[in-house]
Amino acid sequence: MIAVRNDTLVVEDLKKFFTTTRGVVRAVDRVSFALGEGETLGLVGESGSGKSTVAYTVIGLFAPTSGRMLFEGKDISKTVWKRPRELTQAIQIVFQDPGTSLNPRRSVQQILELPLQVHRIGTRHDRKRRVIELLQRVELPEDYLYKSPHMLGGGERQMIAVARALATGPRLILLDEPTSALDVSIQAKIINMLLRFQKEMHLAYLFITHDLSLMRNVATRVAIMYLGRVCEIAPTDKFFRNPTHPYTQMLLSSIPVVSKEEEAVKPAQIVSTGEIPSPVNVPPGCGFHTRCTVCSTPCSESEPQMVEVEEGHFVSCLHFPPPADAESVQTR
Amino acid sequence: MATTILQIDDLHVSFQVYEGTLRVLNGVSFGVDGSQRVGLVGEAGCGKTTTMRCVLGILQTPPGRITQGRILFHDKNLLKMSQGEFQKIRGSGISMIFQDPVAALNPVFTVGDQISSVIRYGGHQKASAKAIKARAVEALHEVRLPDPERMFASYPVQLSGGMRQRVCIAMALATEPDVMIADEPTTALDVTIQAQVLRLLDALVSRHGTSVIFITHSLGVVREMADWVYVMYAGSIVEGALKDELFERPLHPYTLGLMGEESRRGSPGAFQTTSIRRVDVDSIPAAPRRRRSVVESGPN
Repeated sequence: MIAVRNDTLVVEDLKKFFTTTRGVVRAVDRVSFALGEGETLGLVGESGSGKSTVAYTVIGLFAPTSGRMLFEGKDISKTVWKRPRELTQAIQIVFQDPGTSLNPRRSVQQILELPLQVHRIGTRHDRKRRVIELLQRVELPEDYLYKSPHMLGGGERQMIAVARALATGPRLILLDEPTSALDVSIQAKIINMLLRFQKEMHLAYLFITHDLSLMRNVATRVAIMYLGRVCEIAPTDKFFRNPTHPYTQMLLSSIPVVSKEEEAVKPAQIVSTGEIPSPVNVPPGCGFHTRCTVCSTPCSESEPQMVEVEEGHFVSCLHFPPPADAESVQTR
Repeated sequence: MATTILQIDDLHVSFQVYEGTLRVLNGVSFGVDGSQRVGLVGEAGCGKTTTMRCVLGILQTPPGRITQGRILFHDKNLLKMSQGEFQKIRGSGISMIFQDPVAALNPVFTVGDQISSVIRYGGHQKASAKAIKARAVEALHEVRLPDPERMFASYPVQLSGGMRQRVCIAMALATEPDVMIADEPTTALDVTIQAQVLRLLDALVSRHGTSVIFITHSLGVVREMADWVYVMYAGSIVEGALKDELFERPLHPYTLGLMGEESRRGSPGAFQTTSIRRVDVDSIPAAPRRRRSVVESGPN
């Protein structure tokens, strides 16, 4: 499923396990995806599905247990401290909660200048000008330079976090639930700004969220994660036209909507039952079978494989068996 | 016509802060009938929670101060009551589910201890420990928690977010109150768990005939849960209507803005830029957390 093209980010069979006293947590298990220039991949899942772990592994806060990650063809399957500096410069992240991701004791100027210092961009004199440019980019006035994060509202703080991510001129930005702590109206403003930057600077976004309806307008492709695995991945229009995996259908039917027209496009009401199991104790077979409405016996026994149901639309569910010829190849 | 159980009349609340006086509520009035479900929608800082804190008598004073208005519960003014009288209503007459079940439950007591004390002080002081335990286990069973006996002895940290919120619901309904206030009960939960919790609340409230005030910032949730909806903005109710009426013919520009915002997120097509009008929030006496931020308004 990994196309051989000039992708910004390619992740192949990524695994990240954590060893705890209660056993091994399979936070990310055989996750593969690719992301091209100017594309947005929406990584959607419930809490505990491993979506943030994917981001932290890509940015290099965790070393992968196994699997490969390529950024513009170069291997980045190691922590950020072992990566060449020009690669760390090209991949940036915006965290979920700007209240804790910005240092409360630093001024906005210091916060925005730090990445420039670390990557030795510009002279000392030059940097202040660059910082002001960054503020203008995110439409904040110049006098914010001397403020500290606690003086700003939640939306403004997140703007500063975005500006900090842009400071080094990245080509890939990981957005870890950048708007989930904000009100709807501020959310819209930040999203619009992010989309504009993407167009202007040809950025690739890995957009992590639990808000599936937001992805309809933001992502070029959507991947659904459940219990450390990707269960469905498809281009956005195909994904919403034909949601295939039972878990995707449960997710979509759980979203409360505001009008009758939207209700009409929702899949038939699938009653949501159960909770996401602990990743220490992953159920055998398909991870979703404990909550699945169409579950049958083989689901608890064999693991499903990624199957292409239409062009570019992959599903990992035993109800969509791989084509007969592919199976025979495997058994041989 | 059903009898009005709770009536809020012209409620004004202000907060004394370093910068001066913040007028947080500016004449909020609405009523709740028996078995009615009222939705209160608005953004952060608009005064939804402050209103409910006044109803429960848990507004922090100072800095807060109720400057005007009255809150009638069964035709008795709660604001004129002594703490002792109020205590009898709190819990058994009016109960509340808080937004964050992690903060609402005490981590050092078991779930059973906490539900038991709610039942005991909610009008069963003289009941035996055994009877109270039986009632608590029944309440846990009612919110469809697996193995209620074991739940009774577990600590909040041993439960998942959805289970904790179920415990909070059990606590709020254990004393069979007339009015239950649900303050963003599903905001902290995942969407599939949210659907489960909403379905559960719906079933329980119908069975007990409890009136509910549903506070949320999500119009989608209100559409599923409420009969009557009030939209709040900057300390005032800007629009109130029957649910179907409001969703079919929203009139206030702010309601239209909120609705546009939510449906655009769900509708196919490009993410449209909304016209953002700068509102001088300094002149608006609430929304203190968003002093210099931009406020959305206008339908286009």
